[in-house]
Amino acid sequence: MSAALKTISLQHNRITLALHQLREGTGRPLLLLHGLGESAENIASLPVSWAGPVWALDFTGHGRSTVPNGGGYSCEVLMADVDIALRYLGEATVLGRGLGGYIAFLIAGARPALVRGAVIVDGPGLVGGAVHATSSSEIPVAGSRVGTTPDPWALIELSRDARPPNYAITFTHLAVASSGLDDPIAVTCKVTPQWVEAIRAEAGVMTDITMQEALDIYLAIK
Amino acid sequence: MTTETRTYPGARQPDRFRRVTADGVGIAVYEWGRETDPVLFLVHGGSDFARTFDVFGPLIADAGWRVVTWDHRGHGDSDYAAMYSWDSDIRDALTVMSSTTDAPSPVIAHSKGGALMMQLIEASPYRASRMVNIDGMPSKRRMPDVPDHDQTRLMATEIGAWLDNRHSAATAIRKPGTLVDLAARRAKMNPRLSIEWLEYLVTVGARHDEDGWRWKLDPAMRFGGFGPWRPEWSALRMASLPIPFLGLLGTVDEPMGWGARARDVLPWIPQGGRLEVLEDIGHFIHIEDPERVSKMVLEFLS
Repeated sequence: MSAALKTISLQHNRITLALHQLREGTGRPLLLLHGLGESAENIASLPVSWAGPVWALDFTGHGRSTVPNGGGYSCEVLMADVDIALRYLGEATVLGRGLGGYIAFLIAGARPALVRGAVIVDGPGLVGGAVHATSSSEIPVAGSRVGTTPDPWALIELSRDARPPNYAITFTHLAVASSGLDDPIAVTCKVTPQWVEAIRAEAGVMTDITMQEALDIYLAIK
Repeated sequence: MTTETRTYPGARQPDRFRRVTADGVGIAVYEWGRETDPVLFLVHGGSDFARTFDVFGPLIADAGWRVVTWDHRGHGDSDYAAMYSWDSDIRDALTVMSSTTDAPSPVIAHSKGGALMMQLIEASPYRASRMVNIDGMPSKRRMPDVPDHDQTRLMATEIGAWLDNRHSAATAIRKPGTLVDLAARRAKMNPRLSIEWLEYLVTVGARHDEDGWRWKLDPAMRFGGFGPWRPEWSALRMASLPIPFLGLLGTVDEPMGWGARARDVLPWIPQGGRLEVLEDIGHFIHIEDPERVSKMVLEFLS
């Protein structure tokens, strides 16, 4: 990736993740998470102002991270990708686009002491799949692109991944209860699927705010 | 190194073994019965493996069926994968089924396998002709005595433990032990099954290394977990099944069971289907009483 200063390899089970440093700096890092079918290279061009170091992660099956055999993707596995990155980076503010926005939100609830603010931005994969049991649906085949990045199984499975509103609300409660932040989550997206609608109504979630305004608020947190 | 062996009354090793590749993941497939007999699929549950059918499978095969079963990815002799999910298990199942026949065939599935196959059959009803679901009919579990804030705290603990496990999964190996040790460990999860059976299972479901026996189950896997999936979603799929259906339910809770009760399951039994409740029997109905269950199944299939 031309924009990266350096790339770190991190091991997540049988996957080698690529974590790219985009900018140097001192203080708390900003971790960027790309959308479904994108890579760190795509989100590197997002116009963000951040005083500290800026990093971007390639999720499993995307960018320069491993493309595994046989799929099996879930948003929770991608959340664990981010947890692996956070163990390397330490406390960070996390900004995610599309699918990355949902993952940023999940990790804010799962690791509230490590995530100093999660910013959700519009992008591919923001909506997700059903919010309840679906009726019959075709069991897909991945076609001839298997083994390439972005992994076709990632595109298929992560666009169908269920995101029930009450599940999302639980992660909001986890973030609010243990982060020590007044508003650990910032919703800046225009698209509002049911999981976003559900969390917008919760305490601790900033709405009607721009991406940069949210970043400025989180940057000011000591 | 001498490898200990065990026998068990009625247990018979499969007549045939083969491997298929499902999207790059090797799946171990086992068969009992004549290749010319009609096909019937047996599906195991979570943390289990195909050879747990070593008694039940032959009983069905001896009645004139070509019984086909397989180890799910990460289980038994199938490959470890980087990730595991319901959808990938269903695709693996379709690969095995397609490698055997395109004709609709009966499916007998236990526990998680039952829930998986209900999803597969609902999405691809042309694949199955009948279904027997052995205690794989999850229903919503209520925890009425646990306040909301405590449930949130429990979930935080569960998520944290799951994430911690992901950090060590790359280098995780199963703890070795003697054959007797492994059987005793499994007895904690299978408290109603005899030690003789569990010791037999070690010899067909564990591998014998220089430093002892190890269960083959991928050490990166973790029992339990969390996620958006809700047990009641399976009930909705069950009600939609368009084929003859027989559900079997025990009355004794076990650590590996769903804790489903007849009153929770009955409203979702598909049109024309039936539920049989077997008293004083646990989650592994077909292992506790293989003769009785095989008789019920064969009667249903006839």
